Amino acid sequence: MSFFKTPTLALARRYFLGRSSLVLSAPAVALLAGNHALAAAAGAADPKDVQILNTALGAELEAIAAYQLGAESKLLQKPVLDLALTFQGHHKEHADLLAKTVEKLGGKAVAAKPSYDFPTSSLKTQADVLRFAAKLEQGAVSAYLGAVPLFANRDLSKAAASILGDEAMHWAVLRNALGEAPVPSAFVA
Amino acid sequence: MTRVPRRAAAWHAAGGALLILAAAVGVFAAAPPPSAARGEAIYARCAACHALAYNRVGPKHCGLFGRVSGSVPGFDYSSAMKNAHIVWNAQTLDRFLASPLKTVPGTAMTYDGVLDPGERADLIAYLQQAGRSPECNAAR
Repeated sequence: MSFFKTPTLALARRYFLGRSSLVLSAPAVALLAGNHALAAAAGAADPKDVQILNTALGAELEAIAAYQLGAESKLLQKPVLDLALTFQGHHKEHADLLAKTVEKLGGKAVAAKPSYDFPTSSLKTQADVLRFAAKLEQGAVSAYLGAVPLFANRDLSKAAASILGDEAMHWAVLRNALGEAPVPSAFVA
Repeated sequence: MTRVPRRAAAWHAAGGALLILAAAVGVFAAAPPPSAARGEAIYARCAACHALAYNRVGPKHCGLFGRVSGSVPGFDYSSAMKNAHIVWNAQTLDRFLASPLKTVPGTAMTYDGVLDPGERADLIAYLQQAGRSPECNAAR
């Protein structure tokens, strides 16, 4: 069965974001909604928090470039191509939010690199691209999971956990597209 | 207070010691040796930032063992990592992976760490094996 035939991803995302805005605290909602002045007023920034956000931003910028590579590879057929561009759009939203938050907290947001190294020689089929993307998304889930407990500002932890949820959905959908169990276990690590 | 005869107390003590020893042996016997195969699965957690053969958000891992921290040419390290002066080996990696930010405060590797010692051993075993792989040999 193809996940492309059902609107469940869009519904899940809408439901997730809708629920998130209901349960997150005011500063986290401000961050997620782009109200940075309100977010900054929530308290003085810890330099470690800025570093965590910048590391996450670096990974998001690389993910955007990776999906661009996939989109331009001519290996992705519709509707997989549309899916890749949708996920790239999510990463752009994450990156935009992270960059603005870093700046608002008094830091300097890292910029995208002029170029990225990707294993282009091993990407020969649509499945190769999907597997590559799934690996990046799985890593992103782990990276956010490893960052969530480190924030001094617990509202940033919540915001990072919200992004983690989005990355986990990407990973599950990509696994499903590859014919793998979309959710391989009860926990992520 | 109940008085326990001295000989009986000695037997109790000896029995207790044996139980502790048996439990300790059981624990050590149950700990499996490090597994590169399990470590490869754990390495998937690193895939947001690292690859074996090329630099990403984090530096490449080929050539890691014996390398001085902050020394991959062309990689933009944090000042903290540049000044850490750690030579990467199984022991230093174990310490760093347990808590990157505590080991090198200020590192850009803002990750809580691989908290389980067995998982760290597996991950290090994988990194050692991967360092000898054709992928890493080709990257030299």
